[in-house]
Amino acid sequence: MLPHAKDVESVGEAVQLAEVQGRSLWADARTRFFRNKAAVFGLILLVCVAIFAIFGGFFTQYERDVVDFSLMGANAYKGVPSFETGHYFGTDASGRDLYARIVQGTAISIMVGVVGATVAVIVGTLYGATAGYFGGRVDGIMMRTVDVLMSIPFMFVLILMLVIFGRSMFMLFLGIGLISWLDMARIARGQTLTIKNKEFVEVAHAIGVHPLKIILRHIVPNLLGIVAVYATLLVPQLIIFESFISFLGLGVQEPNTSLGALLSEGASNMFNGTIWQLQFPLIAFVFTIFAFFFVGDGLRDALDPKDR
Amino acid sequence: MLSFIARRLAVAIPTLLILVVLSFVLMYAAPGGPFNSERPLPPAVLANIEAKYGLDQPFWKQIANYVVGVVTQFDFGPSFQYKDRSVNDIIAQGFPVTLTYGAWSFVVAAVVGISLGAAAAIKQNSWLDYMAVGFTIGAQVLPNFVMAPILVLIFTLWLGWLPGGGWNGGQWENLILPVIALSTSYMASIARITRSSMLEVLNTNFIRTAQAKGLSPSRVIFRHALKPAMLPVLSYLGPTFVFMITGSVVIDIFFSTGGIGRFFVDSAFNRDYSVIMGITILVGSMTILFNLLVDVLYAWIDPKIRY
Repeated sequence: MLPHAKDVESVGEAVQLAEVQGRSLWADARTRFFRNKAAVFGLILLVCVAIFAIFGGFFTQYERDVVDFSLMGANAYKGVPSFETGHYFGTDASGRDLYARIVQGTAISIMVGVVGATVAVIVGTLYGATAGYFGGRVDGIMMRTVDVLMSIPFMFVLILMLVIFGRSMFMLFLGIGLISWLDMARIARGQTLTIKNKEFVEVAHAIGVHPLKIILRHIVPNLLGIVAVYATLLVPQLIIFESFISFLGLGVQEPNTSLGALLSEGASNMFNGTIWQLQFPLIAFVFTIFAFFFVGDGLRDALDPKDR
Repeated sequence: MLSFIARRLAVAIPTLLILVVLSFVLMYAAPGGPFNSERPLPPAVLANIEAKYGLDQPFWKQIANYVVGVVTQFDFGPSFQYKDRSVNDIIAQGFPVTLTYGAWSFVVAAVVGISLGAAAAIKQNSWLDYMAVGFTIGAQVLPNFVMAPILVLIFTLWLGWLPGGGWNGGQWENLILPVIALSTSYMASIARITRSSMLEVLNTNFIRTAQAKGLSPSRVIFRHALKPAMLPVLSYLGPTFVFMITGSVVIDIFFSTGGIGRFFVDSAFNRDYSVIMGITILVGSMTILFNLLVDVLYAWIDPKIRY
């Protein structure tokens, strides 16, 4: 039995409609992401934390590094958090406004995380994609190098570097940049190994596209999903790493501060009755880390092809 | 198997050498020697001191001496700050302490983490599972330097149950807080990895077969499911052990336990390079050895690994 002309027409229409409604990988992922309550919560939290870090300084009359001598050493009873004095989060032992310091600490911590993750994305992706694409001996040498670098206890080497070349923001960034790309290189390489056998890469190779262009134009865009997930999850790890170093007093130096340095200060003043010095940095730290973890997990669920 | 171990050793030994050379070069490249102080020493005195520590010799001779000393006699040389102590003395004093609470933390993190993760997977979607998942999510924002002040605040300042520091020869009261602080976030990671890997294994065909042929649930889990489910966990245990040793830096400072972490940070501030290098190399070689051990175990458990 032949199908009726009308049916055929409607099928054609349906096909056309389907084409119009076609969804890209990213649109698909976006839908899934926004259906995930924890991820949306994380995103809102992240936006709040970012607004706090960028614009928080406008809501206080105090500067983060101005010492109020009338409060110095007396902050246990004069520097109590209150809206009347304008010290919303109280003051630290030197009489500096804790709110302004937490704003800066959050900003620096996030900056360390984001810069480190950016380095990881750029260096790690290109390195991993190159190793994976060329394969063979090139791959062997490149990945063995990563293996060797990974088995070095970098926390100690970074501290060694900070001691020898002086404790500065630049050294901190350099040190974090040096380690952050290693995992990313491995992940990017693994993914490249599966991509490079796909037809489109073969076609590009067959028509004589330069290998560098194949990597940049055909492989790297296909890595972006997994790279985005991993980069988002790397940010909180790097923030924790930086806080660890700053907690020891080796990271960000006075008068600048970071969440780790503030936590350390709060912890050492814990017995002096200035509990807010620990409490507010702790809340800022927990919110920041949670926000990144939730968004990263949400992205992973949204982009992971396993669950489709 | 033997050739696999030999090949892994062939990578491990050069890695160690690279670590030794790298830290030596970093030290050598440092602007200003360890004896440059605020009040400059007379040149003759400085020359004498440098001769005593062998710092007047050419670079290649220094590095060769150092590497030979480390490799053949485990001799990390004298401390630049404490005249009467060598780096070996400092390590001998601090390392047993670090190893004690580090090993305890490792055991607690592994045992509790694995049991919690496995139990959560077996009773999926029960209250136990939700609690375990909640714990793993919550604990990832509690690294050791966050846990330590919170614990001291609660158990020392408010409740007064446990001492907030000190070592006291390793009494259990002094051990509890450092161990909890050090193990919590890794316990959570181990539990999460165990849970997801166990869930995956429990859904495979061979487990269904085992259940279908009428094996008791405990036999299915312990005999068939646990071993393959342990593989991803095992590869996480290597790094965990290293983090325990690294975390000692925070624990020693916060709890005054007197492990190598304290000496490490002190010498970092005093520019006592030989101590920093000695500890870095020690931790590095432990890292490499432990990773090797995990790799061998991995290859032994998983028959699919080609070695």
